[in-house]
Amino acid sequence: MPETATLVTDTELLEQHVAQEYKAGFVTDIEQDTLPPGLDEDTVRFISAKKAEPEWLLEWRLKAYRDWLEMKEPTWANIKYDPIDYQSISYYSAPKSASDGPQSLDEVDPEILATYEKLGIPLQEQKFLAGVAVDAVFDSVSVATTYKDKLAEVGVIFCPMSEAVQEHPELVKKYLGTVVPRNDNFFAALNSAVFSDGSFVYIPEGVRCPMELSTYFRMNALNTGQFERTLIIAEKGSYVSYLEGCTAPMRDQKQLHAAVVELYAHETATIKYSTVQNWYPGDVETGKGGIYNFVTKRGIAAGRAAKISWTQVETGSAITWKYPSVILKGDDSVGEFYSVAVSKGWQQADTGTKMIHVGKNTTSTIISKGISAGNGQNTYRGGVKILKSADGARNFSQCDSMLLGDKCGAHTFPYIDVQNPTAQMEHEASTSKIGEDQLFYCNSRGIDAEDAVSLIVNGFCKEVFKELPMEFAVEARKLLEISLEGSVG
Amino acid sequence: MSLLEIKNLHVGVKDAKILKGVDLTVNRGEVHAIMGPNGSGKSTLALVLAGRDTYEITEGEILYKGEDLLEVAPEERAREGLFLAFQYPVEIPGVSNVYFLKAALNAIRKHRGQEELDAMDFLTYVREKMALVKMDETLLNRPVNEGFSGGEKKRNEIFHMAVLDPVLAVLDETDSGLDIDALKIVADGVNSLRSEERAFIIITHYQRLLNYIVPDVVHVLLDGKIVRTGGKELALELEEKGYSWLEGEVHEEAVAHA
Repeated sequence: MPETATLVTDTELLEQHVAQEYKAGFVTDIEQDTLPPGLDEDTVRFISAKKAEPEWLLEWRLKAYRDWLEMKEPTWANIKYDPIDYQSISYYSAPKSASDGPQSLDEVDPEILATYEKLGIPLQEQKFLAGVAVDAVFDSVSVATTYKDKLAEVGVIFCPMSEAVQEHPELVKKYLGTVVPRNDNFFAALNSAVFSDGSFVYIPEGVRCPMELSTYFRMNALNTGQFERTLIIAEKGSYVSYLEGCTAPMRDQKQLHAAVVELYAHETATIKYSTVQNWYPGDVETGKGGIYNFVTKRGIAAGRAAKISWTQVETGSAITWKYPSVILKGDDSVGEFYSVAVSKGWQQADTGTKMIHVGKNTTSTIISKGISAGNGQNTYRGGVKILKSADGARNFSQCDSMLLGDKCGAHTFPYIDVQNPTAQMEHEASTSKIGEDQLFYCNSRGIDAEDAVSLIVNGFCKEVFKELPMEFAVEARKLLEISLEGSVG
Repeated sequence: MSLLEIKNLHVGVKDAKILKGVDLTVNRGEVHAIMGPNGSGKSTLALVLAGRDTYEITEGEILYKGEDLLEVAPEERAREGLFLAFQYPVEIPGVSNVYFLKAALNAIRKHRGQEELDAMDFLTYVREKMALVKMDETLLNRPVNEGFSGGEKKRNEIFHMAVLDPVLAVLDETDSGLDIDALKIVADGVNSLRSEERAFIIITHYQRLLNYIVPDVVHVLLDGKIVRTGGKELALELEEKGYSWLEGEVHEEAVAHA
């Protein structure tokens, strides 16, 4: 077909072009490499070529792009925002140059610094988070190398997605898009077409990953960009706990973030995925700016007794549209979703989960805690589907909302679809206003309003925090405290 | 100087007048009982002392340690040694009793210029106090008042009091809903805390509690006013004759004044 031939030629040309650049000093040149705003097939080809991707992946991206063109942005979520102009976004920019950012901490917004201080973030790390130019050699590189060696010893692969495409193409090809198909939804299709980078994790059979992944790498994740793509594969009998995000507010100029995360758990494998998300929520007074966080996260518990557990603490972003889900395909498989979502200022969160029971005796648990303050709107949207094949399936859902103040809102949309009469479903929901009585009770014991709110809210979220790895849990508690400062009293 | 002086206190909620000129003086070392029927304003008085802002003080003043108490925030009052044992203790889901108390005690200690207690020292201290009210250790780690029985909640209030070591403790109907064994435990707890430095205001419906906690002074609150003050024998007289005995008198007085 002549058209395809042209395609290949274009790609080859691009590849040659890239190779030339490399000869001419690729490292310096790539820093200026930013595509002008706009999205068409050439954009997709450029990105793929830039990453020297194999043909099949380019084709995959292009199919996703063509699917995306046919798709409509979803409107069913309980969120409001001005239309996004997808042609005004630049879809490729090389890793950020140090000269872009502030040159020292003195140039960073004092308010952000104060938050870092409260969170107890070490100075060196503060610089990274604030995007300050730092020396080429820093502690975490050596730390990272040490841990990489340790992981390699047990056969765990943990690397950027772009590296996995080069080093482990057979794995990427086998699994990419198997959990979240490239045309799953509008944002997933966009991500599939233009994804920048992300993490790739592979845990071999019977291996228990010797450490929580990404704790030591969180700074490295900063430049993965707005279209992140992550794939985690756990072979039979393996275990991995993956941590994403950071409690510190991050500097980012890009408003739209559309990530995709796919988890694949084989027989008796467990994947635990924890997120703390604190992107810029926009101006507290006006709601201006702020990140649109439109994420597709899904795991498949494919084999017998496989387990996937999502835990998220969402305090940032202007808009959160996110439903980490589990397909419970294997018999006896387990799906869990633990969530704390905070909406304050003008933030809007529409988040929840989907549990799709396919296998027999599958079990899912949903614990969702929504907190609204200021003018924030918090929506829980959850679906539990029990298919005909899922004999003896069980679900427990608990959705609690807490309101701080009288201008915020909490909304709950549970969807339940049971096609098998042996299913056992339990659903509990509550909405409470942070009680005047509770506050006064604390006050009458000598505890001031600020501490009382943090005490009450942390108590409210306890069931979720206890699912987080220890270190993360401590940070998440502090983060919540800081997020809700001044919300009451 | 008296520890607490309430002068001509008038309190209302919206349009309803609840307290209509209460006078009360409490000195260190004294135990005062305030008795009265439902709706006489007993709990309002307790909550106003603790600083609940849903009430409007329309007239009068309250001096605590010689200072204007009404100007002080509720948490500051607590740190200055004022304690209220709630009639309806509040549940705080997910917050363990021990964690809550540690936060409270350390807030108070900080205010007093004392060093904050760490977890180990606090536990040692708390175990001592638990013995006072024969509290089961499991109640320490359960969320504050959540799932507690009525009796457990009331005992927990006395336990909080023992831990926070107040100067003026106000007990709002702590005896209601207690069986006789629990009542004795609560009374023993209070009696063990009686001292020259500390004063108590015990609000109760019934004379029963006063068999175990013998008051120095008994006041009768009727329709927002203290209509009678006497010694401990006043409680017995009330038990015998009922509140209607005083209601009649008040009525006669009112007629006489008219």
